[in-house]
Amino acid sequence: MTTVINRQRNGRSSFSQWANKHRKWVLAAPAMLFVALLIAFPVGWTLYLSFTDASGSVRAPADFIGLENYASVLTDTDRFWPAVGRTVLFTGGALLFEMILGMCIALLLWRPFRGEKWVRIAILLPLVATPVAVGMMWRLIFDPQMGFANQLLSWFGLPPQPWLSGQESALTTLIFVDIWQWTPMVVLILLAGLTSLSDEPDEASRVDGANAWQRFWYITFPLVMPTFITAILLRGIDALKTFDILYATKGKGGGSFNEVETLNVYAYGLSFDYNKYGQSSTVLILFFMMIIGCIWLLTARKKRSES
Amino acid sequence: MKHHSVLKVAGLGAAIVVAAGVLTSCAASGAGDNEGKAEGSSTLRVTLANHVWTDIVKEKISDFEDESGLTVELTQLGEDQLSDQYNVKLNAGSDEIDVMMYRPLQEGKLFAENGYLADLTDRTADGGDWDFDDFQAGPVEATTYDDKVVGVPTITEQEVLYYRTDLLEAAGVEVPTTLDELEAAAKAVSEANPGVAGFVARTGKSAAVTQFSSYLFSFGGDFIDKDGNSAIDSPEARKAFEYYGGLLHNYGPENVSTDMSWPEAAAIFAQGNAAFYTDASSLYKNLTEAENSTVSDSVGFAPFPEGPEGSKPYNVPSWALGVNAASENQDNAWKFIQWATSPEMTLEIQQAGVPGARDSVWANEEGTASFPADLAKAVAIGSETGVGYDRPLVKSVAEAREIVGMPIVVAITGGDMDAAIAEAHEGFQKFLDGEK
Repeated sequence: MTTVINRQRNGRSSFSQWANKHRKWVLAAPAMLFVALLIAFPVGWTLYLSFTDASGSVRAPADFIGLENYASVLTDTDRFWPAVGRTVLFTGGALLFEMILGMCIALLLWRPFRGEKWVRIAILLPLVATPVAVGMMWRLIFDPQMGFANQLLSWFGLPPQPWLSGQESALTTLIFVDIWQWTPMVVLILLAGLTSLSDEPDEASRVDGANAWQRFWYITFPLVMPTFITAILLRGIDALKTFDILYATKGKGGGSFNEVETLNVYAYGLSFDYNKYGQSSTVLILFFMMIIGCIWLLTARKKRSES
Repeated sequence: MKHHSVLKVAGLGAAIVVAAGVLTSCAASGAGDNEGKAEGSSTLRVTLANHVWTDIVKEKISDFEDESGLTVELTQLGEDQLSDQYNVKLNAGSDEIDVMMYRPLQEGKLFAENGYLADLTDRTADGGDWDFDDFQAGPVEATTYDDKVVGVPTITEQEVLYYRTDLLEAAGVEVPTTLDELEAAAKAVSEANPGVAGFVARTGKSAAVTQFSSYLFSFGGDFIDKDGNSAIDSPEARKAFEYYGGLLHNYGPENVSTDMSWPEAAAIFAQGNAAFYTDASSLYKNLTEAENSTVSDSVGFAPFPEGPEGSKPYNVPSWALGVNAASENQDNAWKFIQWATSPEMTLEIQQAGVPGARDSVWANEEGTASFPADLAKAVAIGSETGVGYDRPLVKSVAEAREIVGMPIVVAITGGDMDAAIAEAHEGFQKFLDGEK
C-alpha cells in the first residue's frame, strides 16, 4: 500500500519536477499553440497550395505540380513583375515622404508651444479614419467631372487633371493619399523617440556654438536613429501590404490598365476573380519572402546602429 | 514551494480554459441540433444582392414569414462583396447560406460545376400552380446546367438607349434609330452644349463588356465563333470596338475615367452631364426618380439603335435564385424561392419597375402598364430581336471579361487598336484553349 502511494508520489513529483524544469515551455505553450494554429497553419497551407494547380473550388481535387507555378509566375512579365515594380514604387515613394515629413512635423511638435494640444489632435485625425472610408472620400474629391480637386485647380486657372483615372497619375495620387493618412503615425513614433532623449548633448552642442542644422544632423538624428528605423520598419511593412485604399479607389485588378495593381491586389484578383488558388498562393509566398527579406535587412541595420 | 504554486496556478488556468472550451463546444453543437440540421429548421438564411428587386421583396418578407411560420435572416450585399462572400463560404462548404441570389451568366457555370448549386429539376417540375413552364426559355436555359435546373430566373434585362428629351429638342435632333444616327446626334448635341458630353457608357475593362456586347452583335460580331474559338479579331468586332470606344473618346465626358461601371456612368447622366447613355433597362429608376436624378423629367427611352446587322441588344436573365447544395434547410429554401418567384409576386415586382422572367406577366397589360410607354416598347422590341447572352459563356467569366474588354478601353483612350486587338485575340484564344 505504502509503496503504491510512494510510487504515485514519486510519479507526481517527477512530473512537477519536469514541469518546473521546463517551466518556460509549459507556460509559453498556450501562446505557442495559438501562434501555430493562427499563423503557421495558414502559411503552411498557402505553401502547400502554391505547389498545386488548385483552381475553381478549393474543395476540388488538385494535382501536385511541383515548382511549375513558381516558374510561370516568375517569368510573367505581363502582370507579376509590373506588380512587383508598383509595390516597390508605392512603398518607396510613400515611405520616403512619410519619413521626411514625419521627422519635420515631429521636430516642430517636440518643444512645447501654445495650442499644442489642438495641433496634435488635428494631425492625428487622418490616422483614426477607416481606410476604406478614406479611399471613398478621396475618390469623390479626385473625380474628374464632379470632384473638388479639379474645381480647386479651376479657381487658379489650371487645367483639370485625371488624378485617379489617369494611367500615369493614379499611382502617384494614391501615394499622396497614403502619405496623407499615415504620416501622423510616423510623427507619433518619432515624437515618442524624441521626448525620451536627454537634453544634455543638445545643450552641450549649443554651448559649443553648433547651429540648428548641425545640432539636428550630428546630435539629435543619430540619437533618435533606432526609433527612426523602427518607424521605417513598421510603416514600410504596412505600406507593402496596402490593399484597402487601392481596392476602394480602383477596384479589382487595380484599374482597367492594371495601373495600381500591386502584388496584394494581384493575388486577390487571382484568387477571388480568377479562382486560381494555386497561382495566387505562389504570388503570396513570393511576396511573403520579399517582406521577410526586407525585415531581415532592416533589423540587421538597426542592430548595427544600436551597437 | 514557490514553484509548486506557479504550477498550481497554471494547472488551474488550464483547467478553466479546457472546461470553458468543452462548454462552448457543447453549446455550439446544441444550437446546431436545433437550428442548422433539422429539415424543418425555422430560420432561413437568405443572401440577396443590392437591387431594386431586393428592396421590393424585402418589404414583403414579413408576409412570407406569417404564411410559412419561418424566420428569414436576410443578408444584403453589393455585387462584388456578394461574389467574395460566395467564394469564401461556398468554397468552404458552409451551410450558412440557404437561398442565394446569383448571376447565371457570370457565376452560374462555375458554381454549377463546383457543385455549389442544388439540383432543382424535380422541384421545378412538381411546381403545380407555380408553373415553371411560364418562365421564358432564354432565361431558363441560362439557369440550367447539364440538363439540370439549378436556379430560377428572377430579373431580365435588355440594353436600351436613354436620352435627354430637352437637349435633343433644343438641338433639333431626332431620336436616333441607327448607330450612325446616334454618332451624328451625339456630335451635334455635344457641340451645341459645351460641358455636356454627347454620350456616356461604362468604361471599365470588365464592366463595359456586357454593355459593349449589344454593339458587337449589332455590327454582326461575337465573342466566340461556332467552333469555340476567339472571334474578337473579326472585322465586325473591330468596327464595334472602334465605334463604342470612339463615341466615348470623341463625345464622352472630358478626362473620362476608365474605371466606370453603371453607378458612375448613370451618375454622369443623372447629373445632367450627358445627352445619350446606353445601359440595362432595369436601371431606369436611377435616372427617372427625382431623388437620384436632376434630369428625371426629361429622360427618353429608345430601342437599341440598329447596326449593319439590325438592332441586336442582349436580352438576359441578370439574376436568379438558387439553393446552396450544402444547405440543410433545402425544403424551406425552396418554399422561399417559390414565394418570391410566384406569378403574383413577379407581377407585383414588375409593376414596381423590375422586368421579370415570366411570359404571363409580359402578356398581361397590368404587367407593362407601370413602365414608361417608350421603355416598355423598347424592351418589347429588344426581347424579340435580342441575343440571350451579354458576355463570353465560359467557366471563368471574370478572367474572360478582362481579356476581351481591353480593346474597349484602348479605343476609349485612343490607343493603338491593331496591337490591342491582336493581343486580346491571342490571349482570349489561349484562355479558351485552357478551358477546353
